[in-house]
Amino acid sequence: MSEENLKKTPLNAAHIALGGKMVDFGGWHMPVQYKAGTIAEHMATRTGCGLFDVSHMGEIHVDGPDAIPFVNSLTTNNVENLVDGQAHYSALTYENGTVVDDLLVYRFGAEKLFLVVNAGTQDKDWEWISSHKADFDVDLRHASVEYCQIAIQGPNALSILANLTDTDLDAIRYYHFTNGEVDGVPSIISRTGYTGEDGFEVYADAGEAEKLWNKMLEAGGYGDEGGILPCGLAARNTLRLEAAMSLYGHEISDEITPLEANLGWICKLKSEFIGRDALAAQKEAGLERKLVGFEMTDRGIARDGFDVYIDEQKLGVVTSGSPAPYLKKNIGLAFVPTEFAKIGQGIKIDVRGKMISAEIVPTPFYKRAD
Amino acid sequence: MANIPEDLRYSKDHEWVRVEGDVAVIGITDYAQDSMGDVVYVEMPNPGDNFNAHDAFGSVESVKAVSEIFTPVGGEVVEINEELNDSPESVNDDPYGDAWMVKIKMDNSGEADALLNAEEYSEFLQSEAD
Repeated sequence: MSEENLKKTPLNAAHIALGGKMVDFGGWHMPVQYKAGTIAEHMATRTGCGLFDVSHMGEIHVDGPDAIPFVNSLTTNNVENLVDGQAHYSALTYENGTVVDDLLVYRFGAEKLFLVVNAGTQDKDWEWISSHKADFDVDLRHASVEYCQIAIQGPNALSILANLTDTDLDAIRYYHFTNGEVDGVPSIISRTGYTGEDGFEVYADAGEAEKLWNKMLEAGGYGDEGGILPCGLAARNTLRLEAAMSLYGHEISDEITPLEANLGWICKLKSEFIGRDALAAQKEAGLERKLVGFEMTDRGIARDGFDVYIDEQKLGVVTSGSPAPYLKKNIGLAFVPTEFAKIGQGIKIDVRGKMISAEIVPTPFYKRAD
Repeated sequence: MANIPEDLRYSKDHEWVRVEGDVAVIGITDYAQDSMGDVVYVEMPNPGDNFNAHDAFGSVESVKAVSEIFTPVGGEVVEINEELNDSPESVNDDPYGDAWMVKIKMDNSGEADALLNAEEYSEFLQSEAD
């Protein structure tokens, strides 16, 4: 696809001005890294602060008296457990229990929910969600183009963002959010992220994106030693992998159920939703395969799609594999038969024809100190 | 703009060759390292291995991806740069110096003469970008 046909976020020009190396990411023209490079960006997020343009994510408004029952009929987590100002991680599932997409569900009020879905899947998600409206009394609106979304992540995220807002950020608990202003711009300030660090995701009018982005870079001391760094998609991926967070199309997909991907904690099988019965049956029967974390014990790097061998038999597949810049190890996630899914189990990864040893380890690989 | 030293020869796979008598010193170009991003691992052949021109003799892994490296000339590997095992990042920092990868005793030094010169490689990069 030529560059002209790619979708652009409102920060496209800002990325190019910052020296972003632009790539086609699922039809979006996005920075894979900036001048500092992936390792520096990753480390900045772990030890200081990283700034991410995630405006390509999809936003869907669900308003009306049936907002909660409607979203509950489609998603695995129980929306009735949310209070105003709280969000949770959830999944849209097909009748067979496999995953349409993973998402965040925000509750603004009993009749006002806000869904944030993946960029590459948002058209499919919108089609899926709107086609199940049936008799539910809700208004649905696919509002992605109206919003920018900027993630400010890392141990210094709170203190940097505090320079730009009167909102008491400390009072926003993890997976909670509030309406506020950032540099005078009305924003949703959400204490969420995809890096394994403390931090915030800020949603605002798309037209304010560049101003907010530049203000955050300035407040974070971009260009100073130890200052904030803009981070590209490559660092976003390595950060989420160290934190063992799922990526749609890898750990979860329309061929994988949330239970297989260690996401039983978001499957509230006492509520009724599309796919519930299949998941309940799978849980009852026992899982045939499970997602595990592994660490390479020989030199070599596992990559997505590489085969996993146990006792010389091809028994699994790597869903995500990469060097882990903070941990300085080569790590990955893989599906293996449940009987082998135990800590310390030795496995081999077929790295371009060479069998390289690895070991199943606990996940997440990285957990921040509280 | 990528750095392209005048005194080297280049392949269209973005390797460089420095001819020293009948030995070719081989590495990857500044353009190649910049495209890959942070290099974390260089897989090299063993001394004594024999390759034909255009064979893959190893790979360079960045955080994001792996790229095979091809020898532009055929012959026997006489030395590899062991330093790259401990400091693969030198591929990013000094691709034409510290990060040479292998030395190959050429079967036919004519293969090196047939490679691109700096000007031709620069034009090739331009044409790739267009």
